[in-house]
Order: sequence, then structure tokens, then C-alpha cells
Amino acid sequence: MSDIEARVREIVVEQLGVNADEVTADASFIDDLGADSLDTVELVMALEEAFECEIPDEEAEKITTVKEAVAYINSVQS
Amino acid sequence: MSKRRVVVTGVGAVTPVGLTAVSSWENILASKSGVAPITAFDVSDFSVRFGASVKDFDVTTVLSRKDAKKMDTFIHYGLAAAKEAIEDAGLEITDENAERIGVAIGSGIGGLPGIEAGYDSFLNGGPRRISPFFVPSNIINMISGNLSIMYGLKGPNTAIVTACSTGTHNIAAAGRMIQYGDADVMIAGGAEMATSPTGLGGFAAARALSTRNDDPEAASRPWDKDRDGFVLGDGAGVLVLEEYEHAVKRGATIYAELAGSGMSSDAYHMTLPSEGGEGAARCMRNAMNDAQLNPEDIDYINAHGTSTPAGDVAETMAIKRAMGDSAKSVAVSSTKSAIGHLLGAAGGVEAVFSVQAIRDQVAPPTLNLDNPGEGCDLDYVPHTARQMKIDVSMSNSFGFGGTNGTVIFKKIS
Repeated sequence: MSDIEARVREIVVEQLGVNADEVTADASFIDDLGADSLDTVELVMALEEAFECEIPDEEAEKITTVKEAVAYINSVQS
Repeated sequence: MSKRRVVVTGVGAVTPVGLTAVSSWENILASKSGVAPITAFDVSDFSVRFGASVKDFDVTTVLSRKDAKKMDTFIHYGLAAAKEAIEDAGLEITDENAERIGVAIGSGIGGLPGIEAGYDSFLNGGPRRISPFFVPSNIINMISGNLSIMYGLKGPNTAIVTACSTGTHNIAAAGRMIQYGDADVMIAGGAEMATSPTGLGGFAAARALSTRNDDPEAASRPWDKDRDGFVLGDGAGVLVLEEYEHAVKRGATIYAELAGSGMSSDAYHMTLPSEGGEGAARCMRNAMNDAQLNPEDIDYINAHGTSTPAGDVAETMAIKRAMGDSAKSVAVSSTKSAIGHLLGAAGGVEAVFSVQAIRDQVAPPTLNLDNPGEGCDLDYVPHTARQMKIDVSMSNSFGFGGTNGTVIFKKIS
């Protein structure tokens, strides 16, 4: 697991109040981890803060799993 | 048609002297004080550096950490008090009764600490850093809203905001909703947590607070000649109000009847009481009329008694105006001497104490009343609790804006 992925998982656990073992790469924030639309907005804000980036709303809407979050962060950091 | 009768079947509280109504009442009767130096934030630049905060509150007894994060502290306190009250009442919410059970829990100020934190986020990071939960975690009706979601309460859902009369007005209005048939059960009261930099600083700037920094426990001293302002307190107080027949049918334990309530306005000044307590006197008279009781029927008054120089004299004059000769014999005390002034929660907590007073036949004490001040000459139950006959208790709340509220509880016959 990359450092980025480990950090994303940590943030998801913290923001959504779920157990670490539930947070698989493909787990959906909304369908599997119990997030509602406001939770996902706040989660994206936490990612922006942790990775010092700005995620535009149209990109944020496409981030629904850990895997998608990691891919997006890799794409803007590379 | 005769009015439907309203009774109290459950109580809950979070106060500076206890995390439940049960422990708060024990400590009130034991003359314990909940006033102490403020440690939650740096108060070194403030003219007032103490308050009556809630101690050792564990929010996970009511909410998951994830949900707790989406609500400011006043909501945590309100939900904890409501949960205790619902459990105390043995109330089970089912598909059959859910639409007949409502909530009326307010707050005087609401999520002030949360508003401060949200504004900090904006100042430090711009508009994109404002949390999507900023609004729903801080607005005042979200105790009522969240409680309805937690328990599936589908009846009336409201939150009256009238500064320091909030708790009393919510209880009064909830009682009316039951009388008029809008609901069979109402969870009613108030909650507050405004001990934040702008809350403390704002009341201090208004010169409303005691500045007795060298002796916090002695700072709240209603009617004493050395009183110098109120002590800012936090917490929540909630009653389960229930239609009498509904309570009897399910075998609920009844604390007391909500015999009546009254309201009035001073129409005088933003923060000062009206001359001679005129507005407060009308409020008490309105409540006695509603309860169809006479002044001589009132055994105990849980006064507003905030320990401010003007307010304590005005309430004393108001009690004399409203009760005539009976003012000499009624026992009057201020539990704010122990827990400070809980603003919008005050009426909720004091209603809890007023029904506990009837149940246990004991008047709670007024702490720190060493030498009554000029014009303060009623029986204020100084220093220690008093075992006495209490068939009827009255609870007063008066708020900024000149808004007044009184509720009267009566032993069930």
C-alpha cells in the first residue's frame, strides 16, 4: 500500500467513523461505509487539507471510493 | 369541553453539578456548587475567568463519535437530558404512538462555539473550508430535530427561542399542545453551551456577570447584599409531559401535574427588568389564573434569581405584587446559586428541580445568601435544603427583551 493510500484510509476511518478493516480499496463511501452526501463533502475537504490540493466539485463527485481518491491525488501530485 | 390534563412522567438533566437529573438533584440538596475556573479555553485576558461548566460529560453515552462531530455541544447536552427523561418515563415509541409524540427543546443562543470555529475556518482557509455541517450543527432547532430522528418521534417538532425564558416557554407551549390535542406526549425543555470566548466576553461586556474571580463558588449569591452579577452556566433540562389519561393507562409514574403556565412581556428595556417587577408579576398572575390557583396555594417558588443587583430586587417586588400577603409565607429559592445561569436551559433544569421538590417534599437551598440585600426580604431558604410540605411549586424565567415565563406544578391528587 502506498503512503497516499494509507493516509486516505486513515482519513476515511476518521471522517466516516468506520472500522479500518471495512475500508477496502473498492468500498463505496455511500453504499458500503454509511456516508451521506454531506459526509462526502466533508471527506473531500479533509483530503484537500491533508494533501494540500484543491479538488473541484466536478472532480469531487467522481471520488466515491478509496481507490478513486488515491488515483485523483496521484494524478494531481505527479 | 374540559381541558386535557398534562402531567410530568420523566425528567432528565445535565448540569454543572451532575450528568443526570438524579445526581444533579442530590448535589443541589447537598448544597454543592458547580462553579469553578474556566479551563476549556484561555481566559487570561477576560474580566471574568470562571463559570459553571459541565464536568466529565461523555458524549458517546448518547451518540456515536461520527454523529457527535456533526452537532455542537448544546445539542449533545440536550439529547443526553432528553434520553434520560424518556428512559425515566419508561416511554416506548412504537408505530402506533410515534405520530402523537413531539419535541419542544430550545436554546437561548445555540451553537456559539461551533459558529466561532466555523468562522475561524473561513478566516483561515476561505469559503471552501466551511464545513457542510456548519449550519445543521449549530442552529437551535437541531436538538428537537435530532431527537426526533433518534427516536422516530413524528409529532410536533419545534424549538422556541426566548433568551433565558426559553426552557420555560418550551415547556409551557408543549403543555398547550397536549391540552389542545396536537400530541399526547411532548419532550420539552432547553439546553445551552455558550461558554465560549464570545459568549463569556459578550455577557462580561454587558456587565451582566459576577467578577468574583478570587472565589468562584461564592460568586452566585442571589439576593445577598454583595451579589454582583450572574455566573454563566451550561447544561440541559428536559421533561416528558404527557396527557394524564395516557400516562395512567400505561401505568407511568407521575411526578406532578403541569397545572398551568403564564407569559408576559415587560415592554420596557432590552436587558433591565421593568420597574417594580411589573412584567414578572403579571406573568406569575397569568400562570396562577391558568392553573386556577390562588397565591396562598403556592408553597415553593424556584425563582429566576440570577444574582444580578437589579433582577433580584425586581423579582422580589414582583412576587409581592403577584402574591400579596402570601409572599411572606412562600419559600423562594434560586438553584442558580449552585449551578449558575444556564440561559436557555435554565427553565428546563429548574422545572426538573421544581417537580423533584414536589416528589421529595423538599425545597432546594439558595447558597451564599449570607446577608440579604436591601429590598430582599422574602424567605429564600438560605444555605441548606428544607424539608417541607410542597403541594404546588412555581418556576420563573425572565429573559433579555423583557420576555417572562412561569410554570406551575401541582402534586397529583
